[in-house]
Amino acid sequence: MLEALLRIVALIRKELLAILKDPRSRVSLFLPPVLQCLIFGYAATYDLSNVPYAVLDQDRSAASHQLLAALDGSGVFRRIAQLYNQADIKTVIDDETALLVVQIGQDFERRLSAGLPADVEVIADGRNSNTAGTALGYVDAIVDTFNANWAADHGEAAPPLRVTTRAWYNANLETRWYMIPALIGTLTFLQTLLLTAMSVAREREQGTFDQLLVTPFRPFEIMVGKALPSVLIGLIQATLILLVAQLWFRIPFAGSYLTLYAGLLLFLLAAVGMGLMLSAVVATMQQAMLYAFVVMMPFALLSGLTTPLSNMPQIFQDFTFVNPLRYAIDIAHRVYLEGAGLDQLMPDLWPMAIIATVTLSAAAWLFRGGLE
Amino acid sequence: MSADRHAAPLPPASASARLRRLKALVRKETYQLFRDPSAIAIGVVMPVLLILLFGFALSLDVTNVPVAVVMEEPSPTASELAAGFALSPYFETYQLTSMPRAQQLLLQQKVDGIVRLRSDFARQLNSGDAPAQVLVYGTDANRARIIEAYAQGAMAQFLARRAAEGYPAANGGAVSVQSRLWFNEADDSHYFLVPGLIVLIMTLIGSFLTTLVMAREWERGTLEALFVTPVRVGEIILAKMVPYFVLGMLGLALCMFAAKFLFGVPFRGSVLLLTAVSTLYLLVALAIGLLISAITRSQFVASMTTLIITFLPALFLSGFLFDLRSMPAAVRILSYALPARYYVNLLQTLFLAGDVWAVVLPDAAALAAMAIALLALARAVTTKRLA
Repeated sequence: MLEALLRIVALIRKELLAILKDPRSRVSLFLPPVLQCLIFGYAATYDLSNVPYAVLDQDRSAASHQLLAALDGSGVFRRIAQLYNQADIKTVIDDETALLVVQIGQDFERRLSAGLPADVEVIADGRNSNTAGTALGYVDAIVDTFNANWAADHGEAAPPLRVTTRAWYNANLETRWYMIPALIGTLTFLQTLLLTAMSVAREREQGTFDQLLVTPFRPFEIMVGKALPSVLIGLIQATLILLVAQLWFRIPFAGSYLTLYAGLLLFLLAAVGMGLMLSAVVATMQQAMLYAFVVMMPFALLSGLTTPLSNMPQIFQDFTFVNPLRYAIDIAHRVYLEGAGLDQLMPDLWPMAIIATVTLSAAAWLFRGGLE
Repeated sequence: MSADRHAAPLPPASASARLRRLKALVRKETYQLFRDPSAIAIGVVMPVLLILLFGFALSLDVTNVPVAVVMEEPSPTASELAAGFALSPYFETYQLTSMPRAQQLLLQQKVDGIVRLRSDFARQLNSGDAPAQVLVYGTDANRARIIEAYAQGAMAQFLARRAAEGYPAANGGAVSVQSRLWFNEADDSHYFLVPGLIVLIMTLIGSFLTTLVMAREWERGTLEALFVTPVRVGEIILAKMVPYFVLGMLGLALCMFAAKFLFGVPFRGSVLLLTAVSTLYLLVALAIGLLISAITRSQFVASMTTLIITFLPALFLSGFLFDLRSMPAAVRILSYALPARYYVNLLQTLFLAGDVWAVVLPDAAALAAMAIALLALARAVTTKRLA
């Protein structure tokens, strides 16, 4: 037993040396997660902070100016052009100078003062309909405030229904708070899967795996020796991203680190198990990389990172049962933003435990097959 | 130039001899491509898989959101409001009478939002001031914001219905926003996901696959072996590019076919222009692939670099999902250096808006400039590394 342990420790040492001795691969393991977290942290947001819009104001009244001032004062909308006829709308939308065109009809103030509904037409560039929809949502909110102020200023009755909204866990509804914790799982998943998929394939290609197989190492020990270093590297990467999230983006951490790391450990075991299983069946490094990529893509896309799982058809939601990344992202959100404890995370933890057990034992079994 | 030093002793090759040489090389590369099952995996299986995922699985359109409608005291008025939610295609409602139970459902993620109507809702509404609370699960902020907007829309409709029935309405003089979504009247997120998908597939084939294959040749030294033959560096590069170029174009054709017949995404531009700009992008992608493999000369580092330099930015920094205008200046400037940005913009415009020259010309010019610069650089680096 002790001998086995010593053997495994020696193998782990050797694996870590093999991974870390090349300065280029050292850099490519730890620098990219940090840089990507920084860049994507800024880039990956559905929130809008700069929406160029053009105005076709046919009323040019105090009321229309007041409405436009409300848009300009929001900090989101930037007026880039004043249009004078309908034909200009097509130009500014087509060539993407404006995302929105706000058109105010000439009887705007008259209708408003007469207590009639006054239409404002807002035309949005729907080439990215999600962005356009978000921008239109902002316009609606600003107009609602405008209406309430107008009613108060003119002694009219307020709407009989007052809707207050509140969001749990992310009061200002910042998408960044959603994206960055999700990156902890995503970036480590991409890297550890590639790393482990390559590890056995590299030895196969260089012929050293056969040498390893004729040593007293058992397949199980080889598997552990290959798996643990990658898990360790994954944990370091996750820690780096976690540090960026907290120290740079200042996203408040609501949960317990112990819980988060317990979840991450299980997740990395599952990811590494997949990588090793892949590595055991391929013949060359190139195949390892390509197949890792073929596996990574659907897993990353069907994880809830970019589009919500609940929007997917049932069959795809069922498929995500075998996707460790889906659970890791859920855990990261729930621990990071909501402060969930281990008992609440059980539905995420046990599927990962199953995936890890199955893939790691399959990998060990496949290693033995390589000996014959 | 070291290439000339090697090439000088050769008898000057006639144009036809060079063409024959090139044809032979292209044939060799094509065989090599199709004999490798992993190349087929990336070049054929991956695009089909991506089309299926983007077409059927990914969607940003929020429908059937489970919400709990809490009526603390049932009344016809409250039921009418709840019915408005139940009938909306956006919501799937659970009617409850107690708030703690609803909060429990929210915590368990069984519902994504709670609409709370207090016990004297009907009376307060008649007296003109009824509070209604909408509570959303904010972790997924984008989805939460859409749900909030839908909920407010449902309430506004409820008020409008009541006003039509003769109840005292809100102030008559209110601004109402009539919004129109140009180019995507149906507000279908496939309209922008499918053009983005083409960018991912072209990047995958152009950069990722090329990098892998070339890095392996560098690692094994088979390129050097090729170099001692009378073939010139330019010809080697060209021969390597041709099969991947054809594969990339096939991928494009496949996507166009799927866009039209599977997902019903309109194509309003001209196919000729699409082919032209796709050629430019594919050349850029291939040049990046050649360059990365020549610089790194290691399969692992090359694949990681390609993933980070080309693939992930095509997803995050291209304007495909996330609006570039709202990114901080530094990130926005960085995005100008990425070819995917121009191609995404071109595709979204060609698909949905048509041949808008004010968009097409500058973007195509940027891609052309990148293609020329990167191909020249790839040739120079390859020559230097081989000598």
